[in-house]
Amino acid sequence: MIGALISIEAVSKRYPDGTVAVDGLSLEVPDRSITVLVGPSGCGKTTTLRMINRMIELTGGRILIDGEDIQHKPVNALRRSMGYVIQNAGLFQHRTIADNIGTVPRMLGWSKAKARERSMELMERVGLDTSMAKRYPYQLSGGQQQRVGVARALAADPPVLLMDEPFSAVDPVVRRGLQEELLRIQEELGKTIVFVTHDIDEAIRVGDMIAVLRTGGRLAQYAPPDQLLSTPADAAVEDFLGADRGIRGLSFFGTDALTVDPGGIVASDATAQQVSSRATEGLGHLLVVGVDGRPLGWADAARLRESGAAAAGPKGGPAQLLPHGQAFRHGEDSLRVALDCAVLSPTGWAVAVDGEGRAVGVVSQEQIAAAIRAAHSQRGTAPVDVGAAR
Amino acid sequence: MNNGFFNMPSDLQHSYLGLIGLHLQEALLPVAIGLLLSLPIAQLCVRFKWLYPPVLWATTVLYAIPSLAFFVVLIDYTGQTKTTVVIPLSLYSLVVLVPAIVDGVRSVSPETHAAAVAMGIGPVRRYLQVELPIAVPAIFAGLRVATVSSISLVSVGALIGNQGALGNLLQDAMTFHRPIYAVSSVVTTAVLAILADTALVLVRVALTPWLPKSGRRALRGRDRANGDAGADRGAGKGPATGEPLDGGTTDVRPTAGSTL
Repeated sequence: MIGALISIEAVSKRYPDGTVAVDGLSLEVPDRSITVLVGPSGCGKTTTLRMINRMIELTGGRILIDGEDIQHKPVNALRRSMGYVIQNAGLFQHRTIADNIGTVPRMLGWSKAKARERSMELMERVGLDTSMAKRYPYQLSGGQQQRVGVARALAADPPVLLMDEPFSAVDPVVRRGLQEELLRIQEELGKTIVFVTHDIDEAIRVGDMIAVLRTGGRLAQYAPPDQLLSTPADAAVEDFLGADRGIRGLSFFGTDALTVDPGGIVASDATAQQVSSRATEGLGHLLVVGVDGRPLGWADAARLRESGAAAAGPKGGPAQLLPHGQAFRHGEDSLRVALDCAVLSPTGWAVAVDGEGRAVGVVSQEQIAAAIRAAHSQRGTAPVDVGAAR
Repeated sequence: MNNGFFNMPSDLQHSYLGLIGLHLQEALLPVAIGLLLSLPIAQLCVRFKWLYPPVLWATTVLYAIPSLAFFVVLIDYTGQTKTTVVIPLSLYSLVVLVPAIVDGVRSVSPETHAAAVAMGIGPVRRYLQVELPIAVPAIFAGLRVATVSSISLVSVGALIGNQGALGNLLQDAMTFHRPIYAVSSVVTTAVLAILADTALVLVRVALTPWLPKSGRRALRGRDRANGDAGADRGAGKGPATGEPLDGGTTDVRPTAGSTL
């Protein structure tokens, strides 16, 4: 089975004491995508998630999965049709890793052998060594435990995956790895994932759609991440997004349309004459590349024209090489990465490389800025419009 | 201690080993009964939180009743039999076992509990397959204290005639002016307690291959989950025994002598 469509229709959760956790929330969760519920604590995001598998019963509205009201399904069958991943993994500490993963398949009546085979398959899928199958949770690191948590949720191949702050308890480096792993798995499996987090950066990184909730359980904005960053619905959402949202939004613009100048590159064995034929306007430095095409560093253009690139080789000549810094992969990396390379470059020019790391051209900050403007106007999301609207 | 330590006076109508068998029977049966009673009681206390304080109060009050008083009441109904000894000892074990099991079940982390619910594991299965296995270390900590305490308490059965097993030797020591009987009684009882305790530790180790070898990491997790659950149970009334490493936060209750 692959993803299912979840319709949340005017759903409310009111507790007997009058507290309203979720208030008239409507969301269409597209199938085969990651929808992130994000917001400050007390915004009802976890409550909303838990209403989908009826760990919390809603008190108003309804939730449909592929058009079927969840209230009409037996509750345990409903829950087994959804994988659930929780903070700290919540593994069964008294069961081995393989048994943890095989819990739901065994309950669904799979044979021991089949469940075990499935556990092994899933361990590989989430990037765990199958030699860990017989270990107990305490023998694993937090990140590894969380991978087991994901594998356990996927065990019975449910169409829906509910993830409740799954990566909040691990350190930032491990978290980043887990996020990438999730995106990779999602590309392969195409589940419908509802993902709760309080971390807006995580939301932007993993989400296809982001629902920003505000305290009191109301929807503030529901949009794809690039749109959220470029046009927040109101000041509260903008505040929640935090600083640098313009720069962060550049992550969603590719560098395919960015023209890079191959004229700024010279081979390390080029003669003075060959160098002279290269004239890139406004470029005081030329990028010297090795015989394999990989960038070596920046050299002063005037010097190179006099003495040729060979003299400025890596061993140091009259013209010392400046470090070329980070390079971006042309067509693969985002405009954000390209801009970052240009900002960090000692010459103000970013180096573009191909998939194999060979230099394909150089591009200036100004050219990147022009590309950003062009990309914005193409999408109709120019930042100035936001200012005018407010 | 030539003959005397192992040669029993004839009035006891038991050999040394027979006396040990009787002693273990009178000591372990109450623990088993106590465990069977505690499991449902503790589950109710977990389920209905308001029930826990009155239950604790009740078990503590029962524990405060001297065994002699129990015997006086029970002897009208059950006579000078083993039952008269077993009933109070069973009730005494509750004071240790109920909190131990409640703590153990509560030590299941909220995440693990939520994951179990979310996986569609119903309440009965959840109790048997998740909560109880995870509570095993805490339950065994309680069982150890209850068992050792029970082994030492059996001796008071001597007060109602011939029901003290090894404890009857104490009486004979006085009657026959043979201190060796007292030594035999005390040493044997202590050795039995140590052996029973060791046996329980071994069973616990066999049941919990999933516990970190040092025992420390899991303990810290449990402590955090439990908070200071021990605080609302008040202080134990005797010297604490047992091994804190295995005991978790289980309030270790008094053992021998305090109700004599």
